[in-house]
Amino acid sequence: MSLSSLEFQAASAESAPEQAIEGRSQWQLTWRRLLHDKVAIASIVVILVMVILAITAPLFASLTGHAPDQAFTNTGTTSTGAPVGPGTHGFLLGTDYIGRDLFIRILYGARISLFVGIVTTAIATLAGVSIGLIAGYFGGWVDTVLARFIDTVLAFPYIVLALALAAIFSPSLTIVIGVISFFSWAGISRIVRGQTLSLKEKEYIEAARSLGAGPWRIMFIDILPNLLGPVLVLATLYIPIAVIFEATLSFLGIGIPEPTPSWGSILAEAQNYYTVAWWYVVFPSVALLVTTLAFNLLGDGIRDAMDPRTERIFAAGSQRRRSRRRPSVVSAFSAAGPSAEFPDPPRQPMPPTP
Amino acid sequence: MSDTLPRDAARPVPPEAAEDDVLVRVDKLVKHFPVRGGGLIRRTVGQVQAVDGVSLVVRRGQTLGLVGETGCGKSTLARCIAGLIPVTSGTVTFEGRNITNLSRRAMQPFRREIQMIFQDPYGSLNPRRRVGAIIGDPFAVHKTAKGAARKKAVQELMERVGLNPEHFNRFPAEFSGGQRQRIGVARALALRPKLIICDEPVSALDVSIQAQVLNLLADLQSDFGLSYLFIAHDLEVVRHVSNDVTVMYLGRVAESGPKDQVYETSRHPYTAALLSAAPAADPDAAAERRRIILTGDVPSPINPPDGCRFHPRCPKAQELCGQQEPVLEVKPGDPATHLTACHFPVQAGESLARVAGRDRR
Amino acid sequence: MSLLEVTDLRVSFPTADGLVQAVRGVSFSVDSGRTIGIVGESGSGKTVLTQTLLGLTQGGRIEGKAVFDGTNLLGLRPDQLRKVRGAEIAVIFQDPLTSLHPLYKVGWQIVEMIRSHDRSVSKKQATERAIDLLGRVGIPRPRERVNDYPHQFSGGMRQRAMIAMALSLSPRLIIADEPTTALDATVQAQILDLLLRLQQESDTALIMITHDLGVVADIADDVMVMYAGKAAEKAGKHDIFYLPHHPYTKGLLESIPNSSAAGQRLRPITGQPPSLIRLPSGCAFHPRCAYVMDKCLTEQPRLAPVGDDGNHVSACWLPVTAAGLAAEAEELRRRAVGLGRNEAAAKIAEAIAERPESEGSVIA
Repeated sequence: MSLSSLEFQAASAESAPEQAIEGRSQWQLTWRRLLHDKVAIASIVVILVMVILAITAPLFASLTGHAPDQAFTNTGTTSTGAPVGPGTHGFLLGTDYIGRDLFIRILYGARISLFVGIVTTAIATLAGVSIGLIAGYFGGWVDTVLARFIDTVLAFPYIVLALALAAIFSPSLTIVIGVISFFSWAGISRIVRGQTLSLKEKEYIEAARSLGAGPWRIMFIDILPNLLGPVLVLATLYIPIAVIFEATLSFLGIGIPEPTPSWGSILAEAQNYYTVAWWYVVFPSVALLVTTLAFNLLGDGIRDAMDPRTERIFAAGSQRRRSRRRPSVVSAFSAAGPSAEFPDPPRQPMPPTP
Repeated sequence: MSDTLPRDAARPVPPEAAEDDVLVRVDKLVKHFPVRGGGLIRRTVGQVQAVDGVSLVVRRGQTLGLVGETGCGKSTLARCIAGLIPVTSGTVTFEGRNITNLSRRAMQPFRREIQMIFQDPYGSLNPRRRVGAIIGDPFAVHKTAKGAARKKAVQELMERVGLNPEHFNRFPAEFSGGQRQRIGVARALALRPKLIICDEPVSALDVSIQAQVLNLLADLQSDFGLSYLFIAHDLEVVRHVSNDVTVMYLGRVAESGPKDQVYETSRHPYTAALLSAAPAADPDAAAERRRIILTGDVPSPINPPDGCRFHPRCPKAQELCGQQEPVLEVKPGDPATHLTACHFPVQAGESLARVAGRDRR
Repeated sequence: MSLLEVTDLRVSFPTADGLVQAVRGVSFSVDSGRTIGIVGESGSGKTVLTQTLLGLTQGGRIEGKAVFDGTNLLGLRPDQLRKVRGAEIAVIFQDPLTSLHPLYKVGWQIVEMIRSHDRSVSKKQATERAIDLLGRVGIPRPRERVNDYPHQFSGGMRQRAMIAMALSLSPRLIIADEPTTALDATVQAQILDLLLRLQQESDTALIMITHDLGVVADIADDVMVMYAGKAAEKAGKHDIFYLPHHPYTKGLLESIPNSSAAGQRLRPITGQPPSLIRLPSGCAFHPRCAYVMDKCLTEQPRLAPVGDDGNHVSACWLPVTAAGLAAEAEELRRRAVGLGRNEAAAKIAEAIAERPESEGSVIA
């Protein structure tokens, strides 16, 4: 070996710890791991497709010439007034009880579902995180009041509230968004509060206080970044809950008012016709199922991708495809005590710490 | 070039130190934590007497070593001085001004002068923030530098503590334990404080890294005229870095004074026991050392013994010790700076070793 | 015949970043009634070494032999190994809070330990033995304490309970992995005292793994200093502390306050331990060694006898007579370096010298 190549080796060995651990943020690492998860990728694809379909719904309407609330009594219903099946007269998925194109209605329904799902979750997350943070960090009477409030909201019978509101004001999109947001924020808030309570005992928070940082700075600059991971998972899992909730409200007739199609309201209509028109029930249900399943699986995928322990399984898996090992048993050994071990970076599958 | 000249880790103290030489004075500090009982109404059923009447002084440019074992209250004391937890009674004065239990706003200017380094290099840095942001925190909180100026100051600090300034944007997880501790030092140093409270800064580090960090602290002290309140349980490390030493036991001061006095001529039996228990990396010294083996463990600070708190484990204890709490005072023959709280202090030449060494093969 | 003889043990782990060579050919032996101290810092491989001896590593590639009383531990099946563990070889871990089961009484855990290895022992007999053991390790009122849970014990008491459990089957060898690191100095003194006393009573062999040279100076007979998965130096206690040969050993001693080699200012070993995936060429310590020579970059030194004592071996290219802290030894080193250091090594030496002693490494 030539000396110069040795020098290079020596130098690269010196910087080896650096090369082995490159600068990556938590999000980059999570994304990288997520890309290995086939199920998560499939879910992302499904969601994207759903979103695209929802956005381009008017395009489909003009292509087929069927508007969502256009009733084709001639071509769209049979002589006895029943809906026609999929493929008949250019109705891709059939029609509903008054001859409206089911496919187009489902696409427009997707707009509602996704819109409501995402908007309500966004509102709920914003409110939930803020309130949870404040309750968890300040503690004392602030926490007592807010925590009891959260508990009350969680215990509340929502359908009753929605019914009441729908009776007083007529059903509308605003009420739907309002009710669902009001229901969702409390669940998020409670979890955030719990996380905050434990995070606030960490030493780096004490360090921040010793610097003179005020409570608001600590909450939003020190604690919040540590919450974002769990909150993202939570939000992703709340979207399908919101979607189902909206469908439920619409099914009960207190959700999105006619003629705007919603998967729930379509299903409500389908109740009377399922014996003669299976497509009337099946397709909207499938749409609901696929959407909620995709978000749920994505949420699970993100949660797994954020957990560093699964990385070891991936690493071993890529070496030996067949066997799936448990994460190394030495996590039991490397625990506790003021040991001066090398840090276990979240992504690097270190062997048992020496 | 590596430094071949021996450098004193600590500068000597003139015996007649003037009052304005005092940076921090702690006077009869008491911190009790209430213990709440179970049940519907959580009444206070007892007090954890974490710190029970401690007085000490940190002088400008000097290091006060604070030694003690688990439950002695040294960490609690440090946090009281730093204003992180409220004090039950007693005072803390900084440069003559009373900083006990100030509101956050009133304490803010003092926060620039008093900083802290923590024990756990993994827990004391926010894992989700970049190192540059962490070190830049003091500037942000006290609004002393922004944008490019702040970045420059942070990078200078990183270089000063032995980190590569280009690693500004990395996360703590990408650094080793010793490097993370340096990040903590850089953060503490940012606003050029006068006092840095070091809470076991090297205990969690590898031996050779410990030496690097200790040297760093020594260099910074001489470069910036810092004072340290150095808390540790490793007596050898404390001896190396301190000018004065205070030994705590179960919330009270057992002995305090200049380092040489406390180490060479210990008066308190606990100090003697501690010194004899500390393992020295020198087999001959270890063999010669006559161990004073104390019986039992440190009792709980919830129910401390009456009188002298050390008396149940003390080889010299007599009846008086269980009845009357000894006063922290100068014992006959000691210089005015050496204080001991003991009814029957160790006399010159007296050996307390019950176990006469060990059977050496 | 030694009780335990480890020969050329190698352990490596395949990971996504490469092969981590945790242990790279370590050999040592322990006799009954003797104590060997294994000293190393993070990344030295000392923990992986002991885990492998106990069959507790998973997913690693293991080579070499570890012969305990005639049987190669590494070749045993899990159920055979389980018989050996506990009965013949006992382990004491660093934090008894995590190694004692928190939900079962301490006495019960000891009883289970005894009975799982010997069904013929009745519960009553086993309990009596447990009480006796707790008393032997210095727990006051053992008859009452045997029914307590681990959290009701203080740190020192828990460690004693751990030791009692380790002793319950009268093992021939005890492996103690940093048993006193988490304890106060006075408690540590008690525990070390206890271990020594018990060892003398039962002629047990003891492997003490620690990073604390003070503990080693106290109770070890022989010492093995590990660096980057290999033994840097092995010797009797006296030689390690007063006649260190390997620059790493010497560096360690110089970096500890009040050790046998300490001066007024601590002289740390600058830099950091190497990555076990991308090890430096030749001697793994060369990027941090003040005596680096050209040969160190290309060839890994083997353990060679040093000085007069046949037991003292060191893996270093410095002359074998250059052991110790005396001026003569230093002169020998200087001369060897003068001859053996050319361009390549000189560059590295310069980089090392330029690192201030308060810095880790300018690169990292």
